[in-house]
Amino acid sequence: MAFPQPRPQVPQLPQHLLRTIECQQGAVRAVRFNADGNYVLTCGSDKSLKLWSVSRGTLLKTYTGHGYEVLDVDSSYDNSQLCSCSSDKTVILWDVASGQVTRKLRGHAGKVNCVQFNEEATVMLSGSIDGTVRCWDTRSRRYEPIQILDEARDGISSLKVSEHELLIGSVDGRVRLYDLRMGQLHVDFIGSPITCVCFSRDGQCTLSSSLDSTVRLLDKSSGEMLGEYSGHVNKGYKLDCCLSDKDTHVLSCSEDGHVYFWDLVEGSLTLKLPVGKAVVQSLSFHPTEPRLLTAMEGHVQVWGAEPEDTAKLSSVC
Amino acid sequence: NMASDEDSDEDFVTYGTPLEPLEEDEPIRKPVPVHEQTVKDEKGRYKRFHGAFTGGFSAGYFNTVGSQEGWTPSTFVSSRQQKAERQNARPEDFMDEEDFSEHGIAPREIVTTEDFASERKDQLKDKARAVSSLAALIPGDPGLLEELIAPARSSIGVELLRKMGWKDGQGVGPRLKRRQRKQNTDAVKVHGCALLPSGSEESEVGLNPLQALGGGSESAHINLFTLQSDRTSSLFGDRNSGQKRRGGIAGQAFGVGAMENEDADIYHKDSMSNYDTVLGGEEPGDGLYGWTAPQQYIRKKNDSKRDVVYLGRILDGFTLASQVTEIKTVYPPPDLPRDYRPVHYFRPVVDSSTVSPIVAQALLTSRGHLSQEAPQQGRHSLGSSQRRDMLGETPLQGPSSVFELLGSKDRERLNEIRSVAKEQNKSTLSSRFQSTTPQPDSLTSPAKTQASSETQMALNAWSGPTADASKTFKPFQKNPQKQARYDLYINKLKKGDKEALESSLDSSMTEWERGRERDEFVRAAVLYKPSNSSLSSRFTRSKHEDDTDSVEVTRDQENDVDDKQAAVKMKMFGKLTRDTFEWHPEKLLCKRFNVPDPYPGSSTVGMPKIKRDKYSVFNFLTITDSSHVSREGPSASKPPGSSTTLPHLTPEVNKKSRWDKTGKVSEPKDPLSAFLSETRSEVSVAKQIESDGKQTEPKTDEEEKEEDEEEVRPPMDLFKAIFASSSDEKSSSSSEEDSEEEMAPSTSEPIQISAEPLNPPVSAQITPAPDISKVPGII
Repeated sequence: MAFPQPRPQVPQLPQHLLRTIECQQGAVRAVRFNADGNYVLTCGSDKSLKLWSVSRGTLLKTYTGHGYEVLDVDSSYDNSQLCSCSSDKTVILWDVASGQVTRKLRGHAGKVNCVQFNEEATVMLSGSIDGTVRCWDTRSRRYEPIQILDEARDGISSLKVSEHELLIGSVDGRVRLYDLRMGQLHVDFIGSPITCVCFSRDGQCTLSSSLDSTVRLLDKSSGEMLGEYSGHVNKGYKLDCCLSDKDTHVLSCSEDGHVYFWDLVEGSLTLKLPVGKAVVQSLSFHPTEPRLLTAMEGHVQVWGAEPEDTAKLSSVC
Repeated sequence: NMASDEDSDEDFVTYGTPLEPLEEDEPIRKPVPVHEQTVKDEKGRYKRFHGAFTGGFSAGYFNTVGSQEGWTPSTFVSSRQQKAERQNARPEDFMDEEDFSEHGIAPREIVTTEDFASERKDQLKDKARAVSSLAALIPGDPGLLEELIAPARSSIGVELLRKMGWKDGQGVGPRLKRRQRKQNTDAVKVHGCALLPSGSEESEVGLNPLQALGGGSESAHINLFTLQSDRTSSLFGDRNSGQKRRGGIAGQAFGVGAMENEDADIYHKDSMSNYDTVLGGEEPGDGLYGWTAPQQYIRKKNDSKRDVVYLGRILDGFTLASQVTEIKTVYPPPDLPRDYRPVHYFRPVVDSSTVSPIVAQALLTSRGHLSQEAPQQGRHSLGSSQRRDMLGETPLQGPSSVFELLGSKDRERLNEIRSVAKEQNKSTLSSRFQSTTPQPDSLTSPAKTQASSETQMALNAWSGPTADASKTFKPFQKNPQKQARYDLYINKLKKGDKEALESSLDSSMTEWERGRERDEFVRAAVLYKPSNSSLSSRFTRSKHEDDTDSVEVTRDQENDVDDKQAAVKMKMFGKLTRDTFEWHPEKLLCKRFNVPDPYPGSSTVGMPKIKRDKYSVFNFLTITDSSHVSREGPSASKPPGSSTTLPHLTPEVNKKSRWDKTGKVSEPKDPLSAFLSETRSEVSVAKQIESDGKQTEPKTDEEEKEEDEEEVRPPMDLFKAIFASSSDEKSSSSSEEDSEEEMAPSTSEPIQISAEPLNPPVSAQITPAPDISKVPGII
């Protein structure tokens, strides 16, 4: 006999602290899940990049080679390569296993805020404070970018890549969506300096947080606003925002030491997760599970939907 | 020895190869060169020399070292399962049998070590002797016994002494008298090399140099005068058993020869008083120490003035000073009061003008917190009138300027001269550096130009519509008169008065004061010029080079930001806030993204650029493009087939003027563009009809709803014909870089797609959507 169809579950929110990782690399500038969510990458202000295991919280590898603090990192889909960017104006392509620098790309005129692989890790895109996004080829030996997108009038703060689109948020208050397939550039005016942009998981919407302490959900194709989320504090820092694993909630860091969860549809504040006293600088949501990473000062916290007894032990490496 | 004497010659064992007996007639053989010299081992095999560090001769099993089969160092291999074993290699592991043989470096047999060997190290002889002694069967042979117990070899030290002529039993060093020893018997402290117990004194007559020289031989350090065998002498009892080790030097072992009478006293105890503990000798008899007398002089100087009487020898050419040099009195710092706390609290300074008189009075009485303005200013910051006011003088009644004292004729003449000079000044300076102030002639010309340029800057900054005066900064607030003059100056500046500065200055002031004030005002005016609202907003990247006449601008310009801001405020995101532009990705980028190139034929990358004259009137027209679909916000959402515009047509259709693809939908509110669009449509219709004949390809299809929105404009050439001067030709010639457009014969063809009803929609579905913006200009 067939079992009855289970009722759709209430989406679980990662509100239980599973683990605290003391990264010991100065302030953690960014924390990112890898492509499958089993590993954590942390960018330190001590010029190092560290790879951690989520389940055990142990340090797996340290990548050193940047000349100044590391600002962002992304891992390739196959976990074989990392790209990171730094205040030293460089973008580095790393070999994960050996920890060696595969390529060090110079060209940006200022510190590089964000970096992203495309889907197949054939191109790295880096956005810099110099207002340009540079597309670097990982396949060829060229040290010049394939293309420079210099349409932004101010520094690039955040960028995301989808299958054929580049979503770029700039301090000039505009979110630019480059559509490679259509050969079009859509510029959405937000007005306030953008701190973070991201695609929704279904690829139909874009989320952008800006320095007016607002997160906006825009329809990707028309630019119409679908939702507006506020209540958090984002006035000076470059804070991250993201969507939960099933696009049910909108998350944003806040300068008051919380992570805010809003219901995507209703726009109401669902949860105000207290992380600590300082600014929650960065966050990253697990690609498939309700699991969240937050970075505050020098440590990273792993949050899960259910408390994990064994995970209570904080690991220090 | 006796045993060897008895032996015959056959008992000798020869060692080594004997030289061949010399034959007198034999010619002298050449020495064998090094490379031909060979070494053979005991079995007659050749030994190969491998080098000092690679095994010497014949290393390895059958000389295999260095060959491929030979010994090679094992590389370090370790894994988790198989840990590397720690190997403790002994020296023997690296030795072969030769080394273990009798004459090798590590003989395996029991051999008398060198220490126990006899003086003349002839082991063969020893052996022979042993054999003979056994044969002699005299077990109590004292010589043999001696050799067994204490080998007769003396140490190197003794050998050296002998070489230097020392005889056994003799002392070493200068002779010592008994007397001196007795002087020091009472000394308690002993410094020396060794101390023998006093009881043993008699036994030490006939000094055994080994012991005498040996000193503390039991100590661990290497003693040149000790042999290992000496330690064996403790077999006979520890002679030094009573000795306690003390630090320092002990004994004068080298003092007296053993054969001398005073020999018993050589171990006298030395005392520390025999040694100087400080550098420098005692006071010599004359009391002079070189050419100065440091000790006494210093000592005497301390107590009194008697040091005038200098006791030392006075150098030639110097005399004693008749007067004592005065010693500067040093005053100690004042004693701090007991309740002093080294912390200063700043009292709040209150401006008297902002405080009610009662409060001010209260403040004044209570330790004066009120700030006092004038006294804080320097003397030079006060004007003459201010100083006069402070001193309570009455203003001078006389003429304020020298000119007034002159006769009228003289004055006129002076003025004439001045105006002539001014004219010359003006002509020499460039026209824009019009000197607003009659410069004193003493000023050099660069200074002049600088000053005048500053005044010009101030004028530029303030003239024109600027912020109102009430908001401007008041730099001379403390001096109301000066501020009033400054305000006057600023006001005149705003009216664009070029003589603003000079006329606003106080004519009663001196020339110097006026000069200073002039500078101050100009500087203040430049410094505190009203800030534009655009300045206070963010700076943006300059996209224009200043020098070139033409400038590359992106073809599509963004819509008005103010509109968008308003839309954002109203939360009307969507059409109002979105701009869509044509953007050409690099081919390689498309390839890497696995996306077909949206513009296969185009070589443009990024946003399409065009060159424009920098200061052309066309830059100020709202250049619009009817074909552009930017207003069609959700175009991306439409299925590609239902593209709103005409597909990519055949190449010749693609020929068009560069102007045709520029611009966007014009703003309906703009009257100028409305006018333009009207004219445009008229012209284009006309052209349309004209060119209909050549036309082979179908036209665009536009959706009906667009029609009302879209205005069509004529080609830019028309505008040029109307507005542009001949200088604009340049831009058209420079535009040939643009790959898409220059093929068009520029005169007649370029026509915009005009009123759509004329052009029946044909095959809209042929081409993909990305070509939206490539609406052909020529039809």
